[in-house]
Amino acid sequence: MNALRNLLDKIKPTFSEGGKLSMFRSVFDGFETFLFVPNSTSKSGAHIHDAVDSKRIMIMVVIALMPALLFGMYNVGYQHYLSIGQHEVTSFFEIFFYGLLAVLPKIIVTYLVGLGIEFTVAQFKGEEIHEGFLVTGIILPMIVPVDCPLWILALATAFAVIFAKEIFGGTGMNIFNVALIARAFLFFAYPSKMSGDSVWIRTDSTFGIGEGAVVDGFTGATPLGQVAVSTGSEAQITDALGNASSIWDAVIGLVPGSIGETSVIAIALGAILLLVTRIASWKVMLSIFASGALTAFLFNIAGLDNPVANLPWYYHLSLGGFAFGAVFMATDPVTSARTETGKWIYGILIGFMAIVIRVLNPGYPEGMMLAILLMNGLAPAIDYFVVQRNVSMRAKRAKIQK
Amino acid sequence: MADLIKIKQGLNIQMVGQAKEEYGRVSQSALIGFTPESFYGITPKPVAKVGDKVKVGSVLFIDKKNPDLKIVSPVSGELLAINRGERRKILDFVVQNDFKAEQAEIKPIDLNGSAEEVKSSLSDAGFLAFFKQRPYDVCIAPTDSPRAIFISAFDKAPLAPNLDFILKDEVSNFQAGINAISKIAPVYVGVEKGCSWAAQLQNATVTQFEGDYPASNVGVQINKVAPINRGEIVWTIAPQEVAIIGRFVNKGILDFTKIVAFCGENAATPAYYKVVMGSSVATIAKANVLEGRKLRYIAGNPLSGTQVSADAWLNPFVSQLTVLPEGDDTHELIGWIMPRFNKFSLNGSFLSGLCSCLRNKCKYSFDARVLGGERHMIMSGEYDKVFPMDIYPEYLIKAIISGNIERMEELGIYEVAPEDFAAAEFVCSSKVELQKIVREGLDMLRKEMC
Repeated sequence: MNALRNLLDKIKPTFSEGGKLSMFRSVFDGFETFLFVPNSTSKSGAHIHDAVDSKRIMIMVVIALMPALLFGMYNVGYQHYLSIGQHEVTSFFEIFFYGLLAVLPKIIVTYLVGLGIEFTVAQFKGEEIHEGFLVTGIILPMIVPVDCPLWILALATAFAVIFAKEIFGGTGMNIFNVALIARAFLFFAYPSKMSGDSVWIRTDSTFGIGEGAVVDGFTGATPLGQVAVSTGSEAQITDALGNASSIWDAVIGLVPGSIGETSVIAIALGAILLLVTRIASWKVMLSIFASGALTAFLFNIAGLDNPVANLPWYYHLSLGGFAFGAVFMATDPVTSARTETGKWIYGILIGFMAIVIRVLNPGYPEGMMLAILLMNGLAPAIDYFVVQRNVSMRAKRAKIQK
Repeated sequence: MADLIKIKQGLNIQMVGQAKEEYGRVSQSALIGFTPESFYGITPKPVAKVGDKVKVGSVLFIDKKNPDLKIVSPVSGELLAINRGERRKILDFVVQNDFKAEQAEIKPIDLNGSAEEVKSSLSDAGFLAFFKQRPYDVCIAPTDSPRAIFISAFDKAPLAPNLDFILKDEVSNFQAGINAISKIAPVYVGVEKGCSWAAQLQNATVTQFEGDYPASNVGVQINKVAPINRGEIVWTIAPQEVAIIGRFVNKGILDFTKIVAFCGENAATPAYYKVVMGSSVATIAKANVLEGRKLRYIAGNPLSGTQVSADAWLNPFVSQLTVLPEGDDTHELIGWIMPRFNKFSLNGSFLSGLCSCLRNKCKYSFDARVLGGERHMIMSGEYDKVFPMDIYPEYLIKAIISGNIERMEELGIYEVAPEDFAAAEFVCSSKVELQKIVREGLDMLRKEMC
């Protein structure tokens, strides 16, 4: 540790202002604070500080995402071997390894593109590097289909980081969740790569692993996609081979879908970490699930006779991006409502809107993304009214006094 | 019995280096000094000249705008120097103490007099400089008629002195001081729940408070008891200063001695010290600190105090002198992932943040490191947990940053002082300098209004 410290101290002048490599000051600073807690002391105000900083908070979120990511990798492999009919003869590790190889390039590409832009902007503005992209960069590969091409992903990352974050002033100033903007960009600019039946399961081999022909009767649609296009009043959800899926498949997560969103159990593990560390708001999570369940239940009994409306409420909560969005994306403190009262309203409206979009707009089987983006936009307004109550209370008090 | 107000929000920081409840030996310093900065908001105008003989109570300087705001000498002797800095700004007034304690002739306070008469007596004795006003958290203008005077008679800041211990021999003086200032405006005293001597207090409305820091901040107590509206002025004064007024009422002599708790991890003998107002930091701390590391001296508590050098004059209004290691020699490896069991945090990614019983039982070491880089505000609701006023702190801070005066007013800036944001600044994971921002906001508003 001391050797490392000495090395950093030795090369620090080169990167400081006036040094040869001062153009990489922010990058050096980023690595230095990554290795060591900054030793800068307080210049004004409080002399002692809480040990937490935004780096630790962001890393906690990344850790919370790990179960869903690791399971997502396994599921990518599982869906692949299922579709080529070899899932029973392939070992657990092979299945996982296939998924790892399929997913890893996506993570690398988003981090390279996103961090590259972050580093450049930080250096340009002479600021420290903000940690926000650590989370965005891991969420983004988890909310796209496995067959989304890398160049499109890179494009979406660049678009979102620049237009959803940096032009607003960086992490903490953005209005919309950066990862969701990237997903929305993909959804509207490249719909064929983001929806349909052919992108959710990787049927090709990856780096030469997992070769095989797709079995007869293969369908690659997500459960929500199947429900949206099914005729009659009740939908029959099947897996890639056409066998009926149960609610347990959805809870465990062995269904087609975006890489990280399928397993309710893995997401729940992350949710526990976020709630125990109090990094995510339990109010937002609870209100989304409660209002989503209630809205779906009301559609169940309302007599609107189509497969989506008749889909039981617990299916709605377990399928698609509902759980993932509620736990990891709606709770983003920057884009969520910031007042405590506002968080309840924000969460309730997200749960409600997500189900309404799913049921009433057959063009978008996945309503969660749009619901969260919509409420990101409305969150400042919610907060405004909450704060305004305090303002008018104060104005009223002043009047009574006079 | 007095009303009880329970305050849920706040934080209890147990630090190493609490002052023992005993008096430390101290040799009074031969030099006494005041920096005008200790009297925030005044423009000093010297009255005594260098070389003048001064007595206890002789005026050293006044506020240019409010000539009745007089700062008097706490000792007798000679005005040794008026040091000036850039553009002839006055840095400090230095008095040589002859230890004779000769008293200037000041007419006693007539407790049956009118508010103006009492005010003028307090002014002559230099006592009006003890008060601060809300809004703006600055020295008062003696011409104002405040709506109320608030005193917080307990302190819950980290390492704070036990005011029960300090005041236990001064209760009659404290009462006499209240009797005097209650002629100016109704007096409100905030005490901790279960305070033994509060029940006997007269001429004041006593309120009991139960809760962690900042429940002991006078601003929080004002907000809970009778919040300040636009156009209103409230004065505040610390209990030891009330007792100094009371000594003059009771005995007719000016005695500017007060008790300062010396504390912190690097205080060699953390205890209570009796010193004259205007003593230097060195009077208490010289040869009384654990050397070996770079030290930070803080006049006041570690959350809202000000950093001073080891040879500076101690702000006359603090009751606490804290010495901590600066900490810039510490390099913690990959702090974002290490468990850091010995660190204090309210965040659940630390053991101390998960378990409040641990936080309340263990004593934690702190240094002056910020422990992170400054960011935009990211987490929401952090401040609310330690900010007991009926105000949205985050929105007020944002209004100040954007310089929106109307919005600041709407959101309650008249009720706050920088110190009220100290706990929020401590917990802020984005390490925003909240107290500095609030100070700038108050100054901006004051410039606009006055």
